Amino acid sequence: MPAEPPIDTPRHLFEAYERLAAGPTRPIAGGTDVMVAITGELGPIPDRMLDLSRIDALRGISLEEGSLVLGARTTYTEIRRSALCREHLPALVEAAATIGAAQIQNRGTLGGNIANASPAGDTLPILLAADATILVGGQRGEREVAASDFFVSYRRTALAPDELILHVRVPLPRGRELRFRKVGTRRAQAISKVVMALAWEDFGSTGWTNVRVALGSVAATPIRAHATEAVLEGAHPTPEVADRAAETLAGELRPIDDVRSTADYRRAVSARILHRLLRDAGGW
Amino acid sequence: MSAYRFLVNGAPAQVDVPGMRRLLDVLREDLGLTGTKEGCGEGECGACSVLLDGQVVDACLVPVCQVEGRIVRTVEGLSLAARERGALDTLQEAFLDHGAAQCGICTPGMLMAARAYLDAGGGPDDEAIREAIAGNLCRCTGYTKIVDAIAAVASPAE
Repeated sequence: MPAEPPIDTPRHLFEAYERLAAGPTRPIAGGTDVMVAITGELGPIPDRMLDLSRIDALRGISLEEGSLVLGARTTYTEIRRSALCREHLPALVEAAATIGAAQIQNRGTLGGNIANASPAGDTLPILLAADATILVGGQRGEREVAASDFFVSYRRTALAPDELILHVRVPLPRGRELRFRKVGTRRAQAISKVVMALAWEDFGSTGWTNVRVALGSVAATPIRAHATEAVLEGAHPTPEVADRAAETLAGELRPIDDVRSTADYRRAVSARILHRLLRDAGGW
Repeated sequence: MSAYRFLVNGAPAQVDVPGMRRLLDVLREDLGLTGTKEGCGEGECGACSVLLDGQVVDACLVPVCQVEGRIVRTVEGLSLAARERGALDTLQEAFLDHGAAQCGICTPGMLMAARAYLDAGGGPDDEAIREAIAGNLCRCTGYTKIVDAIAAVASPAE
């Protein structure tokens, strides 16, 4: 049987903070990444575990001052069923539906997707494109970190070892559009070869503003494609702009070959996805 | 080690095991319920699918400390009412009638995923059934007969 490190199951956040402050402790929520790592011996076995499944402060989806706020323990199934998510952030609902299948969606959490910080984490490009912020907390207090500052290097985040992810705040500016696309080997249970989110605000004659192009599986972390964003900022989604943006994106990305895909494929598909999203937005 | 208590197939169970023991191992090794199979052990194949408070989950990814006080259903308890009569669940009957099992290792998990889908009000729509069992791999049947069996239970023939 796999290793069975000792685990604490606190009921309250302050108790969880105490355990984290006392020494190295690996949090577990839905277990869809952590359990796989322990069973597969993918890294050192944690000395201690911290079960978050009884801490209700980490749950819930609400609207607060023009933002959608999702507790770290929100599961993909809860996102799919949430009327608030469907109305205000349908791209996240789409992404949640592409993650694993029912068994994973019933257990995996948004906070876990963020903490695991896989470059292929399917919700992460959406958080980047939506200018989301991540509230983290511990005995030293709480702080809010921009999603764009959170993923610092391969599977490394801005989260300190004594901190937990509490919730995610997604601002909902009026008029913002957000699109999501994922390319994997099959529709279910597939880890992405390329995943993309595109956001913009459109107030008519001035062209697009606040354009965000965010991708997963094409770098060591989820990234934003700043040069491509610059091409689209102030522009309209015409065929010429789409060609230029797709070409810029292909030139900007530095993906790698690995077991799931090749660098060439990822670059070509990323450019193609962006082109299609722009074509759909332009209605041509 | 701690004592964890929960319901399995309608009956109270108590195990004195480490909290990180996988629900899969608790069912098979500690409770002797070997109907739940281990395939990949990493949440890809769905062979260990069970219902936890009515939701389908992979038992290989659930530490038993998270099962404390909750309700587990395995293939042994697929239909408690039918079992009392010495009969099979309608889904099991449909799998037999449609030839939806070959080697059989995916079958317990497939049945549990299908049961969760039907209990949630799922209908005979082919696409919806395929999504419901997308987390359950079968290397024998090609899925068609499994989908047919589930659809037959969703909409019994006149």
